Amino acid sequence: MNAIAYVWQVSECLLAIALAPLFAGWVGQCRAWLQNRSAPPLWQPYRVLRKLFHKDAALATHASWLFRLAPYVVFSTMVVAAAIIPSVTTDLPLARVADAIALVGLFATGRVFIALAAMDIGTAFGSMGARREMMIGFLAEPALLMVLFSAFMTHGSTALPEMVEGLLSQPHIVLHPSLFFAGVAFVMVLLAENARLPVDNPATHLELTMIHEAMILEYSARHLALLEWASWLKLFNYACIGFALFVPWGIALHGVGVGLLTLAIAALLVKLVVAGAALALFETLSAKLRLFRAPEFLTMAFLLAVLGLLVYLLLGA
Amino acid sequence: MNVVSALTTTTPLTALLVLVSAWLLIGALGLIQPNRIGWVARTLFPLGALIALGMAGMGAMSLTTGFVAQSSALALGLPDMPFHVRLDALSGFFLLLLGSAGAGISVFAAGYFRQGEGTAPGLLCLQYHVFLASMAMVVLADDAYLFMVAWETMALSSYFLVVTQHRIPEIRRAGFLYLLMAHVGALGILLSFGVLQGGSWQMTFDAMRAAHLTPAWASAAFALALFGFGAKAGLVPLHVWLPEAHPAAPSPVSAMMSGLMLKVGVYGLLRVSWDLLHAGPWWWGLLTLGLGLGTALYGAIFAAVQTDMKRLLAYSSIENIGLIFAGIGLALLCRSFDMRLLAALALAAALIHAFNHAFFKSLLFLVTGSVMHATGERSLGKLGGLIRYMPWVAALALIGSLAIAGLPPLNGFVSEWLLLQAFLQTPRIPHAFLNMIVPLGVALVALTAALAGYVMVKFYGVIFLGQPREQALGKAHDAGWLERLGLSWLALGCVLIGVFPQVALDVVGRITLQLVGTTVQRGPSPWWMTPITSSQTSYSGLWLWVGLLLVIGATFVLVRRVYHGRVRRTPPWDCGYPWQTPRMQDSSEGFGQPIRHLFGPVFRMQRELPKPSDSKPNYRVLVQEHLWHQLYLPLARLVQRTAERVTILQGGRLSTYLLYSFMTLILLLVWVL
Amino acid sequence: MPPVNLATQVVQMLAGALLLISFAMLAERRSRRLLFLLVWQGVVLVASTVLVAASAHLTHLYYSAALTLLLKVCVLPLVLFRLMRKLGIERDNEPLVNVPTLMLVGLCLVIFSFGLAQPVSALATTVLRKTLGIAIAVILLSFLMILARRKAFTQVIGFLSLENGLFFAATTTTYGMPMVVELGMALDLLVAVFIFGIFFFHIREQFDSLDLDQLESLKED
Repeated sequence: MNAIAYVWQVSECLLAIALAPLFAGWVGQCRAWLQNRSAPPLWQPYRVLRKLFHKDAALATHASWLFRLAPYVVFSTMVVAAAIIPSVTTDLPLARVADAIALVGLFATGRVFIALAAMDIGTAFGSMGARREMMIGFLAEPALLMVLFSAFMTHGSTALPEMVEGLLSQPHIVLHPSLFFAGVAFVMVLLAENARLPVDNPATHLELTMIHEAMILEYSARHLALLEWASWLKLFNYACIGFALFVPWGIALHGVGVGLLTLAIAALLVKLVVAGAALALFETLSAKLRLFRAPEFLTMAFLLAVLGLLVYLLLGA
Repeated sequence: MNVVSALTTTTPLTALLVLVSAWLLIGALGLIQPNRIGWVARTLFPLGALIALGMAGMGAMSLTTGFVAQSSALALGLPDMPFHVRLDALSGFFLLLLGSAGAGISVFAAGYFRQGEGTAPGLLCLQYHVFLASMAMVVLADDAYLFMVAWETMALSSYFLVVTQHRIPEIRRAGFLYLLMAHVGALGILLSFGVLQGGSWQMTFDAMRAAHLTPAWASAAFALALFGFGAKAGLVPLHVWLPEAHPAAPSPVSAMMSGLMLKVGVYGLLRVSWDLLHAGPWWWGLLTLGLGLGTALYGAIFAAVQTDMKRLLAYSSIENIGLIFAGIGLALLCRSFDMRLLAALALAAALIHAFNHAFFKSLLFLVTGSVMHATGERSLGKLGGLIRYMPWVAALALIGSLAIAGLPPLNGFVSEWLLLQAFLQTPRIPHAFLNMIVPLGVALVALTAALAGYVMVKFYGVIFLGQPREQALGKAHDAGWLERLGLSWLALGCVLIGVFPQVALDVVGRITLQLVGTTVQRGPSPWWMTPITSSQTSYSGLWLWVGLLLVIGATFVLVRRVYHGRVRRTPPWDCGYPWQTPRMQDSSEGFGQPIRHLFGPVFRMQRELPKPSDSKPNYRVLVQEHLWHQLYLPLARLVQRTAERVTILQGGRLSTYLLYSFMTLILLLVWVL
Repeated sequence: MPPVNLATQVVQMLAGALLLISFAMLAERRSRRLLFLLVWQGVVLVASTVLVAASAHLTHLYYSAALTLLLKVCVLPLVLFRLMRKLGIERDNEPLVNVPTLMLVGLCLVIFSFGLAQPVSALATTVLRKTLGIAIAVILLSFLMILARRKAFTQVIGFLSLENGLFFAATTTTYGMPMVVELGMALDLLVAVFIFGIFFFHIREQFDSLDLDQLESLKED
């Protein structure tokens, strides 16, 4: 590995950190447009962050060290995850450290910490949110793993850059029915994992239906800022995983110059714009599921992903 | 002969035997002053821990390159049947496991045992060390005779440990169930050895290795061994004793049973199926794999709905044993198709998981011990908020919980990663149906791992986080220094294997070399794992740690640097509701509710729901296993009824009994004619 | 993997889509959306038939594609749609078994049908033999759907989906059935749907509901 690769590694990571709020802002804007509301500006999330970082933190009297540690851990897992997902280039030294399985593991670590922190204060909403989050997590996590395994089967590697290169370097166009299933399952997992409709609503504090918001109710100021940022990063990461698995075109391969990398960043932006708009459209069109239906939704995602794997094994494509 | 030359000439095997006898000696010394805690707990148990460390060292020595298996016949046993012992890589590995995890448990036990817990401490010390010694002897045994003697000693000593508090009827009942299952299992093992000797009537393992069995007999031997060792390890549906016996025992004993004794069962199956038997048909592997995966999922689901912290851990043990058996099954399957590399990978995953489980499960069982001593409670519904009163235990328990949930960068993730990688290679199995079915096992493994995360959030969250559910919890105190030392040792093991997974892979590589004939591909350095090829898969625990810690540190520094760190303490907000009480938190039943809802038909539930008119509403739910009512109780009734039929023979008159003897004699004489 | 020609790949893709739609039908509760899924299934079927016809240069497959388009994408759904309107049965109908379990059973059926298709597809000469498994799976899944629903209307949709599976099996493995058979089947379908329609009305008149559980009361004790 040369030094340039490390430079790209760090800059890709920083790019993800910087772009994630923008992406969230874009989705929010699209949603507002589609729902005939006047939209907040694109950089609203940055403003939120600035405001939160400047405030005094209010901590519950009996909050323990775990409660204060969790935002940092959650944020860091998302940053490290961003570092191993090839969003701009596949020349990532860190991607060898942790492959797709470890990526799912990192997401799980983040989830466990945020759930534990939610239980720490001991309020009714906190533990309710933690329980619901873990319920969604224990189905979404294997579903995501199965999606990644479908990709593994077609490309023969659990390292994400290798998957991307495998897809990009094929001489012929090869269609994979298994990825078709995996794609549907992935979208379902993305919605559930990022607290989106129809599983959760990111824009509500409607007390009895919330999941993600219930867990971070007790947080304020810088801790809340980190958690919000982490959740935007998570959405960004999921979008980038989706791009890498299903529409990798544009991502720069090993050892290419600055020109192609600029192109790759441009491609990423275009994909993000489209994906954000699609996400907003989907959210606007769908109604929130009853909470009891959420496990069913996720079980379906999981089984679809397993079916993708099965279809690959059966059809060999 | 002076000491130095004695040390240079002794082989690891002799040293091990000396260590085992030292354990027995320590046990016996406990009887000198059985009620003096200072003598028994503070002196003898730490000594036992030192011996355990020595044993781990000897085990590790046998795993170095260039070590040749050693065996010898002892001057013990029956006149014509001396005990044979043997030390090879497989037994060395399990001694390493036994010693290293056992050392931590013994140190903890030194601080844990106190007066007034049923059995006198001195007697407990004897049982405890006999238990340890017998486990070591099972692993060292090289003939069926010694194996069975050690096996039964292990079962009996652990039985006495389980019924330490023999004044409580439930504990006596649990102990009886344990003893019963242990004997049914032992019967299977005995029969298996009977088949394995293959007509030579030689009980040494050497003779069994050389014996040529017909495929049918080999399968019978395998099935019996799977039954016997499965019963000891807790394979569904033979697991029923486990959630009864583990909670009944004192915590260090639970830790030993779950962390170590179950592994001895795993060892037995490995010894029989890989060493004594030769490659068999593929259904051996498929059967073990299926049972393992089923056990894993079953254990995880039931762990999620438990309300007693030790029962929860017991079910979690069942889950982990399932994963280990799945690895072994996959390896057996691959062996029957002569896919050596894949077999080595699956076996390595199973062995590392066994090792990991010994550490994190012992750690968590010991944590429950500390919690019970501090609070006197073991029901999850009466705990909570202990992180503020027991910071040490809470921090170490967090490591154990994260490790057992299979989260990177700790050790649980390493073995699960290896197992998943092994499953991902299975589409290459050259069998038209298996290459379709077996890869789907990966879904079950993933589901189990995710459920384990759920279980551990429940375990940790309900015990250590939130507000104390009872007033008395405010008086809880942290564990003593010996207990902390024991816990730290085990937690350190969890972290180290997570950081240097390749070291663990190298160690089990010696075993796969012995059993399969090959090892997985070596990583370029101790902190890189590349079991298949470096382009396909790689994982580095160390660099992941470094990356995570760097980012956490950088974030912390940046947040502190750029913005002020002022903190205001306020009452919790909770959407502006000021009348919060601890009872409004999720109870353990509440936290398990989604699982009960989702897997409803799996459970046998009895629910008492409050009526709308109740002024003091009471909700109660009892979750049981269907197996108990649909398999075991009918079986027990059948045995009872058969026994009642047989009692007709038992007339009570002496002359009738003499008549039986006389008739038998006549019949035999006629037969001889 | 040797490069497979594009048409085959697309047909495999469509086969995947067909399977996906079958699973979606298994999970769908609303009659209206179920009907849309049926239309989509027809569209996919038409597309795959046209593709097979184009790649194998078989004119009679074009005809059957046109017939499918006419019958299964236009006429039958329209008839069913009007029936649905008239009977007012657009609301949810809960399957007898919960959806995840149903899907799990479906998954097992997929495995089973591929096991079933293996010896047959080894004999088949066309390049599309791998899709036979999917076709059988679609048939079995439709059957499962019929079993698991209690409303007569959804059962008819299941029946039509079953027929789609049969049709797909025929086109992909043996390049379609003889025209006579196909026409006959088409006619059968048409008649069947009309008869079902008449039955619906009768059942409803008799029991005030299309819930087939009501039919149990016909049993003589």
